[in-house]
Amino acid sequence: MSNRLRALYLGLATITTLVTPAFAVDLTVSCRCVEGGANSNDAIFIKTKLIPAFTEKMKAEGKEVNVTLNEFGGTDEQYTQQLALDFSTGAGSDVSGFDGFLVPSFVEGGLLKPLEEVAGPEVNSWEGWSHISDGIKALLSYQGKPYGIAKGTDVRMIFTRKDLLEKAGLPADWQPANWAEILDAARKLKASGVEFPLQLNAGVAMGEATTMQGYWMALLGTGEQVTDENGKFIVSSQGILDTLNLYKTIYVDEGLGDQRAQLLADGRNQSFANFRDGKTALLVEGDYFWRSVTRPDAEFGLPNRDEVVGWAKMPAQEPGKGLRGQDFVTISGGTGFVLNPATKNPAEAWALLAYMNSVEMLDEFQKIQPAIRARDDVAIPNSEFLTTTSQTLLPLTTARPNDANYNKVSAEIQRMTESVVSGELSPEDAMAQYKTSVIAIIGEDNTVSKL
Amino acid sequence: MKQFSLLSRRVAALFLAPGAILVGLFILLPFFWVIFVSFTNRTLLGRTALNPEFVGLQNYVRLFDPATFFTRGQFGSSLIITTEFVLLSALVGQALLGLLLAWLMQAIRPGLKRFVEAMVIGAWILPEVVIGFAWFAFLDYDNGTLNMIMRGLGLPPGDFLLQQPFWVIVIFNTWRGAAFSMMLFNSAFASIPPSYFQAADVAGASSWQKFRDIALPLIRGHVVTDLILITMWTFNVFTPFLLTHGGPAYRTELLSIYNYRVAFRDFEFGKGAAVGVIIMLINLVLALIYLSIGRRKSKAEKEAAT
Amino acid sequence: MSGGAFLSRIGFSVLAALLGVLFALPLIWFIFAPFNARAEMGLALPDPWTLSNFATVFQNSFAVRALFNSLIQSVGGVILIGAAATLAAYALSRSTIPGKSAVTYVLLLFSSVVSGSAAMVPIFLIISAMGLIDTQLAVILVFAGGLLPTAMFILRDFIDGIPKSYEESAMVAGASPLQAFFDVALPVIRPGIVVIVVWAFVNIWGSFLIPFILLRSSEQMPASVAIYSFYSEAGTPIVTLLAAYALIYSLPVVLLYLFVSWRFGFRFFGGIKA
Repeated sequence: MSNRLRALYLGLATITTLVTPAFAVDLTVSCRCVEGGANSNDAIFIKTKLIPAFTEKMKAEGKEVNVTLNEFGGTDEQYTQQLALDFSTGAGSDVSGFDGFLVPSFVEGGLLKPLEEVAGPEVNSWEGWSHISDGIKALLSYQGKPYGIAKGTDVRMIFTRKDLLEKAGLPADWQPANWAEILDAARKLKASGVEFPLQLNAGVAMGEATTMQGYWMALLGTGEQVTDENGKFIVSSQGILDTLNLYKTIYVDEGLGDQRAQLLADGRNQSFANFRDGKTALLVEGDYFWRSVTRPDAEFGLPNRDEVVGWAKMPAQEPGKGLRGQDFVTISGGTGFVLNPATKNPAEAWALLAYMNSVEMLDEFQKIQPAIRARDDVAIPNSEFLTTTSQTLLPLTTARPNDANYNKVSAEIQRMTESVVSGELSPEDAMAQYKTSVIAIIGEDNTVSKL
Repeated sequence: MKQFSLLSRRVAALFLAPGAILVGLFILLPFFWVIFVSFTNRTLLGRTALNPEFVGLQNYVRLFDPATFFTRGQFGSSLIITTEFVLLSALVGQALLGLLLAWLMQAIRPGLKRFVEAMVIGAWILPEVVIGFAWFAFLDYDNGTLNMIMRGLGLPPGDFLLQQPFWVIVIFNTWRGAAFSMMLFNSAFASIPPSYFQAADVAGASSWQKFRDIALPLIRGHVVTDLILITMWTFNVFTPFLLTHGGPAYRTELLSIYNYRVAFRDFEFGKGAAVGVIIMLINLVLALIYLSIGRRKSKAEKEAAT
Repeated sequence: MSGGAFLSRIGFSVLAALLGVLFALPLIWFIFAPFNARAEMGLALPDPWTLSNFATVFQNSFAVRALFNSLIQSVGGVILIGAAATLAAYALSRSTIPGKSAVTYVLLLFSSVVSGSAAMVPIFLIISAMGLIDTQLAVILVFAGGLLPTAMFILRDFIDGIPKSYEESAMVAGASPLQAFFDVALPVIRPGIVVIVVWAFVNIWGSFLIPFILLRSSEQMPASVAIYSFYSEAGTPIVTLLAAYALIYSLPVVLLYLFVSWRFGFRFFGGIKA
């Protein structure tokens, strides 16, 4: 054998040895998360807990896996674009972070497949399902089939600054019974020197936060939802008008809220800063606001959060007038992880997703980031706030319609609220414009007028 | 007489090949895809992602639907905003300011010239994320540099991004892009033989007369090149998004931002593609206008000369 | 020099200085904030001046690697554009291919469509079909294609402004067309190529959308994407780190500018032949 041939032979042998763990499986996880940035805790959990533990576990089962996390700290929208493009070409991470309200449109577009179809029947025998309520299962389901598993869910409420309430002569555990009492409290707060006492989200810049934290929370109090009982989108109704008039009172007529915070691109943070700085006393937000925003060590955190931040249930317009005749209303959403329908290693990808949602791992996750988790056998540790709010509000909650058109209609809702809050249009005109636009987008057949 | 050619067709084809492959793959192919898709209702998500239908001119007709045309956040209103934006920030702002800067450069001392050039070109070459952020800090209501200056001058601070968002992006884009016009006109002036100006100096011409009667007619070709490029760039410019996200209330939603929203937030590719095609047609018309003005003037001059 | 001319010269200088200062205003903040450990949106002199922001930034391996990725993508793209545009523009300027003058305009218009967001999808599909998703090469190729028409447009303008007699005399002396191109034309065109190179480099270096659409793994992302890791959980910029990173990120284009203006000077030639 010549030297050259021998070298070649040796080279080949080296390559083969390098490839020997040929049975090693590469898995990728992606989420809109980056250590130190957006959803930092998710990234930390996945990198420091989940991946090492999963690799270990698989090794014990005789499988070699390499899991990597693709971190990205940009916006939700940018992340959605990547997902949509990836799934439409059979690319993308095996396990991908996903916002529940996008499931219908992705499924209709052929970009997602039910878990069962991707990973086989063993999905159905997962021990976790029996610990996840139907409502939470539905967050990442469409037409009864789960496409992923939610990380957990959330609830929405009015966050209050107890110190400011007391200063204005209101009880620290203030609880309004109707909209008028919210406005009254806001007026008193304003009189006591709180610049923008009440903030109800509106506008395009905040995206889905406007629809969920603002519009829905008011609209549910009129007894309506965005769609009617037949799933048609309501394009004109008394409920919409009342909701828009509430916005008008807050931002245009009485200046009770900070208009700038609803119109500028970084407005949501402005509203957080207002709350922190005592310029806002009543802010309608999700429990995320407690968990992340006001956390004492966070950017908009309050060092004495537990003493000064309280909460109140969002009342209906009048008692008993809320959705299903309720006195108080709230709405929930949730994000989670889905399986990529084009994954090359469906069994391992499912194993990772299931393990991520095992009691063991979720308990680890709770240590990093306490939240309302999907499983009923995972406790909320050391957080009286989350325990009380979830017990009080989850029985009252609602979910967004599981409809592929919701995303587009939601964008129109944001626009409608913005045109009222900016003072550009009257509630009537804004609703008329909403009607025209929604009909143009989804067709008259999918809409209904109630006026 | 047969024109003497420096390159045979074969060598020319060889020279063109690498460019042709790249352009074919990443310009022509996507271009025809866009044209085709603009006649369908294709979306990325939802039912029409799997089974897009051919809808003829429906996307175009909808864009020009008189019921919604002038509504904020719709195509027509965006088109009007964009037209004003191009006129003010590209034609008036960048081209005129660029011309002024280039003319000033001819007369000032090298040290000052280097400073001004560095600042103007700096605005042009720095990465857009950096620029977006710098302006955000510059315009910040409470602490921004601009309001600091306003207060220092005894003027009331301005809430610019909320009150005058359109003027903010006009000034921003002028600031950002003036460098290109300045550099182009700089070299245009430099290509004029100095003897022309010396003769005018002897005749006692003012700077304005020299500019109007000597320099401007000679650089007409450059002006046309400049206008074509900056018009096209300004029509497509996306950077103002970093400042305003198209808001508030869609008041700064340029066509490029509108197009982005339609294609990448609503995922309506058919409609987005139609917007893209219309932008191109507008650019085509403007380019033809510039060229014909350039041609007409030089013809008139030739006639005057004979 | 007459009194009037002297006055107008003073006026010119004052006006130019004023414009220079106006252009500088939005950037002044960037001179101070990176060196201020407590920087905020407001303009403030660092007290004390510190490099601690930079030290923190350099601990972020993702962000550091991203600078290197930006360099690979920009340099790769620039080489490809420079070479392809020079050859093509020269061929269009010097050959007798029919319809050649229309070609550059048509391509320029087409490229205006393709630079819009509507074309991101077909571009993604093409790259995906080529199997190049999540590779630096994908970014390089797409930029090369997208920027080529404008590069050709500017460069052809430039070459048209150079008399053909240069190469003609070389060929009369017995040079082949290739020799005439490489030995005679290329050195003359060089200032034009420099303009293209700077323009293309600046474009690729600053671009967010294309790499974001085409790349996936953290190891491939350029600085324009990595800069988002300096946004807080709430999505607000972490001003201190962002300012420091932005300064490092801006440095290459500033150096490029200094180098080019020292070595070549920015020059354009030509103008549309009407």
